[in-house]
Amino acid sequence: MHLLAKPAAAPLLGQTVFNQLDTPTMVLLGVVLLMLAGAYGAVLILRRQPETTVNAAVVRTFSYRLRAWWLMTAILVSGLFLGRIATVVLFGLVSFWALREFITMTPTRRGDHRALFWAFFLFTPFQYFLVAVGSELVGADRDGLYGRLGLAGKDFYGFYSIMIPVYASLVIPAQIAISGDHKRFLERAAKIQAGLLICVYSLSYAPALLDMELVQWQDGEMVPWTDPGQKGEENHNAKLLVYFVLLVQIADVMHYIWDRLLGRHVIAPDINASKTWEGLVGSVLTTALFGLVFTWATPFTLAGSAAMSATIAVMGAAGGMTMSAIKRDRGVRDYGTLVQGHAGVLDRIDSLCFAAPVFFHITRFYLHP
Amino acid sequence: MNLTRSALALLAKLFSGATVRWLDCQPDTCQRVYFANHTSHLDALVLWSSLPKEIRDLTRPVAARDYWERGAVRRYIARLFNVILIDRKKIKVHESPPDVMIREIGHKYSLIVFPEGARNVEDEMGEFKSGLYYLGKKRPDLELVPVYIDNLNRVLPRGEILPVPLLSCITIGPPIWLEAGEPKAEFLRRAREAVLRLKEI
Repeated sequence: MHLLAKPAAAPLLGQTVFNQLDTPTMVLLGVVLLMLAGAYGAVLILRRQPETTVNAAVVRTFSYRLRAWWLMTAILVSGLFLGRIATVVLFGLVSFWALREFITMTPTRRGDHRALFWAFFLFTPFQYFLVAVGSELVGADRDGLYGRLGLAGKDFYGFYSIMIPVYASLVIPAQIAISGDHKRFLERAAKIQAGLLICVYSLSYAPALLDMELVQWQDGEMVPWTDPGQKGEENHNAKLLVYFVLLVQIADVMHYIWDRLLGRHVIAPDINASKTWEGLVGSVLTTALFGLVFTWATPFTLAGSAAMSATIAVMGAAGGMTMSAIKRDRGVRDYGTLVQGHAGVLDRIDSLCFAAPVFFHITRFYLHP
Repeated sequence: MNLTRSALALLAKLFSGATVRWLDCQPDTCQRVYFANHTSHLDALVLWSSLPKEIRDLTRPVAARDYWERGAVRRYIARLFNVILIDRKKIKVHESPPDVMIREIGHKYSLIVFPEGARNVEDEMGEFKSGLYYLGKKRPDLELVPVYIDNLNRVLPRGEILPVPLLSCITIGPPIWLEAGEPKAEFLRRAREAVLRLKEI
């Protein structure tokens, strides 16, 4: 049931060495680059100020963050230019690294070893493999190889959206049980399940956005969400992914800024001493405003885009709080200092992980035909 | 050979995600004995890989013959990273492990040793065997460098063949020497504490 025609086979040479991104995506990426450049300029100016007027530690934290954003943008942009599969693979690598940090931090026992092996080398790659297949086989020939395997016409959404919640979360406790160590059994199984759920399953919804067929409302009617200048279907959703990542980051920054400006009531002092209710409300409202501005990059209506942005801000904050709680429990300040010298990937993607599945599912619920 | 060695080192580094910290000790090509706690079969390989290339080429891990000579793959890897194999079962009079090590390194190579002997099963570090003491006694010019390896036992515990790629950490501390007239037990206790101290930093 595809409304959009599958693109004709891409020419082998010439124009498609890199994917053509549509104009809105390019504009959106331009906006991202401008914002980063602006932030970089701000850091340069702040560094020249005398120590008495600006807090050097804050500037340093900010410039570390900025470096992480540059890196994130570089990964995202190169992925988008190389195509959907490349983006999926890049997100898969990020997931793998994040899971590595997560499990390193949580104490496990000898009996968990096999289960951990499956988590890293079976479930993580398999989840991203399923996301990569996505709806590629929907139009496959029913008499061909895929047809005989019973896979033709299948949208793999039905598989990747349940693979970890169903299969992985049953296999892991079973594997731990087979290994024969019953000490703190539920706790150990839950740790690995939580790691997979947060680092792998949730994050995989971000690249899955690239493979969703979408419609939009125009004059009371549902019409395919397409860009007239765009012929191929493949990168059509790139701008939605950029929109999503951009707004998650904006929500993070806004939360920080509003905490500093107005923060009075700390949400949970034992978990995170700087996150306040005022910051959360401020972040939700300002992120919604940014969402309004970027509506043109989405299939949403104005109100829809504002609501989605507010949701992103709430989920992002929830992600940050949850990961803080896990860190407090383990007594680590951030994942970067967990093992010295490693950049803490998990610190940077916690809000992304929590926002991605919600953003994906709401979008799909309303706008997938 | 050189390329495969580098590839092996890179692979070991990727898999163990090892961070290397040099505390009050700089990488140097002078002759040294790196002595570390032993928790995993990967210890020797990962510690060797984490040294800078020019030092790595001059450093030979000491390992058990019965483990590394089983199977073609292990034999090949052992040859690649230039292991000195020690027979744990038959120790002859003029072929004691320290004698073999000293003969093998000449005046060129450094050593990686695990003085606990067998890998310890519990989290607690085992008592040191006397080999380190004899090395220090027969070659007082060797710098004895303590190394603490953290988390590698979770990457590949005993009895498992499939590694899990967690992040580990290797801490290399300031060298110690055998003092003149220092009793054996006293020195081994001091050496063990030098390793344990790195765990806390």
